[in-house]
Amino acid sequence: MSKAICLDVKGMTKWFGGLAANQDIDFFVEEGEIVSIIGPNGAGKSTLFNCITGFYKPNGGKVSFFGRDIYRMRADKICKLGIARTFQVVQVISDMTVLENVVTGALLRFSRIGLATEKALEILAFTGLIEKKSFLGTELTIADKKRLEVSMALATQPRLLMLDESMAGLTRVELRAIIDLIKKIRAQGMTLVIVEHVMEAVMEISDRVVVLNSGKKIMEGVPKEVCSSPEVIQAYLGDKYRVVC
Amino acid sequence: MLARIEIMPEQLLQQIVNGLLIGFMYSLIAIGLTLIWGVMNIVNFAHGDFLMVGMFTSFWLFSLYGLDPLFSIPICFLLLFVMGMLIYRFIVSKVMKGPMLAQLVVTFGVSIFLSNLAVYLWTPDFRLIPPTILQGTWEFGEIILSIPKTVASVGSIITSVCLFLFLKKTKTGKAILATEMDRESALLMGINTERINSLSFGIGAALVGVAGAFLSTYYYIYPQVGGLFGLIAFSIVALGGFGSIEGAFIAGILVGLVQTLGGFFFDPAYKYAIVFMIYLITIWIRPQGLLGW
Amino acid sequence: MTVGLAVMVMLLIFPLVVTQIFPLQIMILVFMYAMLGVAWNIMGGYAGMFSFGQAAFFGIGAYTSSYLLMAFHVNPWFGLIAGGVVAALVAAAIGYPCSNLRGHYFAIASIAFAEIVRVYFNNWTLVNAAEGISLPMLDESFTNFMFHNSKVPYYYIMLAFLLLALVVCHFVATSKMGYYFRAIKESHDVAEVLGVNVVRYRLIAIMVSAFLSAMAGTFYAQYVLYIDPESVMLLAISIQIVLLSMLGGAGSVMGPVIGAAVLIPIAEVTRVWLGHQGTGVDMLIYGFLITIISVYQPQGVWGILSRIGNRIK
Repeated sequence: MSKAICLDVKGMTKWFGGLAANQDIDFFVEEGEIVSIIGPNGAGKSTLFNCITGFYKPNGGKVSFFGRDIYRMRADKICKLGIARTFQVVQVISDMTVLENVVTGALLRFSRIGLATEKALEILAFTGLIEKKSFLGTELTIADKKRLEVSMALATQPRLLMLDESMAGLTRVELRAIIDLIKKIRAQGMTLVIVEHVMEAVMEISDRVVVLNSGKKIMEGVPKEVCSSPEVIQAYLGDKYRVVC
Repeated sequence: MLARIEIMPEQLLQQIVNGLLIGFMYSLIAIGLTLIWGVMNIVNFAHGDFLMVGMFTSFWLFSLYGLDPLFSIPICFLLLFVMGMLIYRFIVSKVMKGPMLAQLVVTFGVSIFLSNLAVYLWTPDFRLIPPTILQGTWEFGEIILSIPKTVASVGSIITSVCLFLFLKKTKTGKAILATEMDRESALLMGINTERINSLSFGIGAALVGVAGAFLSTYYYIYPQVGGLFGLIAFSIVALGGFGSIEGAFIAGILVGLVQTLGGFFFDPAYKYAIVFMIYLITIWIRPQGLLGW
Repeated sequence: MTVGLAVMVMLLIFPLVVTQIFPLQIMILVFMYAMLGVAWNIMGGYAGMFSFGQAAFFGIGAYTSSYLLMAFHVNPWFGLIAGGVVAALVAAAIGYPCSNLRGHYFAIASIAFAEIVRVYFNNWTLVNAAEGISLPMLDESFTNFMFHNSKVPYYYIMLAFLLLALVVCHFVATSKMGYYFRAIKESHDVAEVLGVNVVRYRLIAIMVSAFLSAMAGTFYAQYVLYIDPESVMLLAISIQIVLLSMLGGAGSVMGPVIGAAVLIPIAEVTRVWLGHQGTGVDMLIYGFLITIISVYQPQGVWGILSRIGNRIK
């Protein structure tokens, strides 16, 4: 029994003036998989995210979501179809409480405030933020803000969750907590695409890894393959190093 | 609305000349505003009132001490520089981290305070500095060039060039440009961005104060004079590109031309509406302006 | 909500107890500016679109109903609705191209728009340009929306309009729309990523705000019986609306009401006592207060009350 193709990206290209931030990138994600996108800074990972989710208008390529063409679709429509994402610089609504933030997400599927609030509380219980439901957005730590952002994304009931560097700036304890949360989310049947720099996490949770460098995809495979590939090591560390993995 | 059917080429040329003369003044006024906007991302709604203060400074120095407006330029510069820095230090800097609404409103408050302080101190009367060293007109065939306006325009160009050189050639100037382009990187490189803010606000105010001194040689001086100039400056800054000095200079000239020619070909009553239209069209079609990034 | 009820009762019996004209006029102005503030708040305090051009909608409302009355003898109550509709349509027309503008850029666009409208009306012969419109005198009656002998009926009508605006604002604040507005205020990205059609919701905010402001405009026309661009489309009016909303507390339903209740009486009283000599002292104090409030208490009175309320909890 083969799994459905959740996300299919072909030939994604995005230019900024003379710079090709994304050049002809192909990859796909099966339903239920966790695929990580890695690469050195400036490789084009966030650009790729933004092109897929409607925040940038790409210059060329094709994107389909469960067979449905979403190339250059408006961001809010993509969300309605079932793709949710977080941002590299975490964005939550600072003047609202944690609960209100998640309610805002839940309102997409449940227009009545009462029902949306119930659903929001369920999500907060799932992601472990229930104790802090009355905290204002501004009062949270970075780790909690990221957790809140994930909660908000989950509230829109996505089929694909895309996380952009959710682990940046976290302590070891906070890192373990978010890795566990991601595993918990996948266990519910979610498909995930994550951009990450924290290699241990990538190795631990990914089914497959896609490696970008200077706007191009240079490799794709299971974590062990990718981590021992000389090309990948060269991309990150330059010519002089060899790593035993 | 199209008012003329036959246009004599001399008339057109005269209008163009008039437009340029106004334009150079606009340029200097706008340069100060774009500097402040570019460096600290705040719109100085009191900018027109700084112009007014410059004009009154020049007026009182003339009325009380007989100082010709041209010689009061350095005094205007210094006075408004200090005033600008103080306003930044004690008022504006405190809202920089506050809500957007407070940032918008605070310079309105300063504007209302300044213009009404002027009314209180000096009454709302219109005043004029009688012609002194510079007076009269030059005539080139059919074209008439008012001498005070021409001198003011030349002064404006010289001042703009001085600023340009300051920004590009001096260490402080380059620090200002750096902060304008990328605040965080500037901070990381050890530039004291708070001091740069304060300095930029002061220089921005000083520039428009100098513009006021030039303007006072031929324009009516009264407390509310800043209102319209301030609003027009927004259009100029937008057209030129927020933060771009060269852009503000060119845009100032363009707006001066458009205003004069627009008033000439269409109804003069609409000339300011046309200027405001420029802001809207620029921001809709090319938000970064002509030379902005 | 016993405080609210007590206030309501006091407001209802006020004209019966206080019979001097001046206090009555002040209260009517308070209600009118409060309504304009509530209207502003919907797009500004909630959705983050800080408009400094509300006077344009106020004026469009006043002019639409007055022109229809003058030229076609249309009943002012129908004129009221027409004015609201015209203002809402104009709002949509200007709001749509401005959909991406935020913060300072939006603020200046609103000023540019309002000034263009004012200059246009100042020269538009159809509405008597700068001369303005003197409303035709109709027999005094409620249906005619005109009263000549006493201002008391205007008091109750304006109070009713204000209550309507408050109901609308309350509905917005406590509904899905309110949450979405606040998300938009934070950032367009956050809103979009949660599935919000930012352009559509921004348009709704502007149109509702314009409609309510226009209603206040029609009231003004029927109250003062003379309008011209300098009295109904002035930038100073727009600024006043923003100021009182900020003073009372932008982003809360009652904020603008508190702001109007504080600011308008002070402004009127100082204008009469200090300002009529043209010395500008009243405005000087006003400018000073605005600056101080922006710096030290930008959340307004409501912000202070909320903080006290939170500490009590």
